Amino acid sequence: MNRFDRRRFLQATAAGAASAALAGCAAMPEARKPIGRVIVVGGGYGGATAAKYLRMWSEGTIEVFLIERNTEFVSCPISNLVLGGYRTMNDITRSYEKLRDYGVQVIRDEVTGIDAAKKRVRLRRIEDLPYDRLVLSPGVDLMHDQIQGYDAEAQKTILHAWKAGPETVALRRQLEDMKDGGTYVLAIPVAPYRCPPGPYERACQIAHYFKRAKPKSKVLILDANPDVTSKGPLFKAAWNDLYKGIIEYRGNSAVTAVDAKAKVVKTDFDSIRGDVLNVVPPQRAGDVARAAGVITANNRWCGVDWLSMESVAVKGVHVLGDATLSAPAMPKSGHMANQHAKLAAAAIVELMNGRQPSPEPMVNNTCYSFVSDKEVVHVASVHRYDAAQKTLVTVPGSGRVSAQRSELEGVYAWGWAQNIWADMLG
Amino acid sequence: MRIPLVLAAAVAFPLAAFAQGANPNLGRNLAATCANCHNTNGKSVTGMPSIAGMPKDVMLGTLREYKEGKRPATVMHQHAKGYTDAQLELIAAYYAAQK
Repeated sequence: MNRFDRRRFLQATAAGAASAALAGCAAMPEARKPIGRVIVVGGGYGGATAAKYLRMWSEGTIEVFLIERNTEFVSCPISNLVLGGYRTMNDITRSYEKLRDYGVQVIRDEVTGIDAAKKRVRLRRIEDLPYDRLVLSPGVDLMHDQIQGYDAEAQKTILHAWKAGPETVALRRQLEDMKDGGTYVLAIPVAPYRCPPGPYERACQIAHYFKRAKPKSKVLILDANPDVTSKGPLFKAAWNDLYKGIIEYRGNSAVTAVDAKAKVVKTDFDSIRGDVLNVVPPQRAGDVARAAGVITANNRWCGVDWLSMESVAVKGVHVLGDATLSAPAMPKSGHMANQHAKLAAAAIVELMNGRQPSPEPMVNNTCYSFVSDKEVVHVASVHRYDAAQKTLVTVPGSGRVSAQRSELEGVYAWGWAQNIWADMLG
Repeated sequence: MRIPLVLAAAVAFPLAAFAQGANPNLGRNLAATCANCHNTNGKSVTGMPSIAGMPKDVMLGTLREYKEGKRPATVMHQHAKGYTDAQLELIAAYYAAQK
């Protein structure tokens, strides 16, 4: 299917001539005298992209260390398809090895402290490392303490699976073990949280699995937000057309407490028993951001200068991705983190060469969501820097959502994943 | 049609850069915003078309048609509308210069 579709797209866009250039990695130029060192913490969509682009755009003159505690990259985007049973963990796992071809020094370790005054990063396994500039791409950490009873014991059976990895596998197993006729409960926190359309895609994936394998089962969505936060009409159309009688949606239904033993979640109005409880807690910038002192908003998010992604609180420290205090109408997405990384990489190369960052950065976003095994919907936006407001704003007339769900966008969605993984990891 | 690639890129870059205030990396930076979906320097792995080495006029024409709603699209019209004509020209020039 892919081969046929690819050929069709190439012809349709007159890009066939360019396809011969597909293969090959970018060879780095001969090492020149280094002008400084950047340490990147966190090898997700933001950090891995920043590491690679810093090496490419500095033409090898900036020494780049990427500190990542996991051995491999596991993608959150597409991980809902693992829950649906349509992709495997192997499909969403990628190696960091190719980054070494760009001269990125990938170090498997964990940051235990940051001394921004002395410009040093403290690590668990190896000795401290000095830097000239620090890039933090810490992702989110989960605020379980905001939900009563969601303690360490409860977390053994009530999963969030909001970071792809072992919890993705464990939640899939819970769904497989659930009896036909059971209820899966998905609790969504108040926005902003990582991946606005993610929960609604997850509901679709699990409903699709139930429809096929356990047709008497239900999906109950308890949303702390008043309504679906992203692509609302498209998701609701899919629920009505494809999953009628399977998915039930309740807005304004924040889960405030859980009882893991009784398998119950509580809202202000109700106690609801479920067979599989999937409670996604509120989120904040990852712990590394705390250690660096760059959290500036509500004890949760990191304010940045949108010309460079440099922290508004700590000079020389740049923050990317979900951890940032988002600009207006800017989603916390993997795609956006990749865009943050390129903005930061360009700015850092300029700054370390004694020049000013570009005064007119642009970023864009596309989030694809699988509403079935093949059909997809998207939301897109383009953002430009507004000097008067000193932030990124959406360009009027740009962006929006799919006209309708389609299998064509299913092909694009998988293409998006393959291409962004290649863009960030080589 | 493909012969004047190098020439087109060589001419377009300085002119466009001048028009934008002489930031020599502007085209590169703008083009990188496309790479999420089309891979680094436009060398798509699968799904989306590869745009590395696409002749500048072809790409610019395509992008303008997206922007003006004259070309069927799922998402590209929504992206093209976010960029100025000068920015689209820089992007087209950058990808034309990729091998």
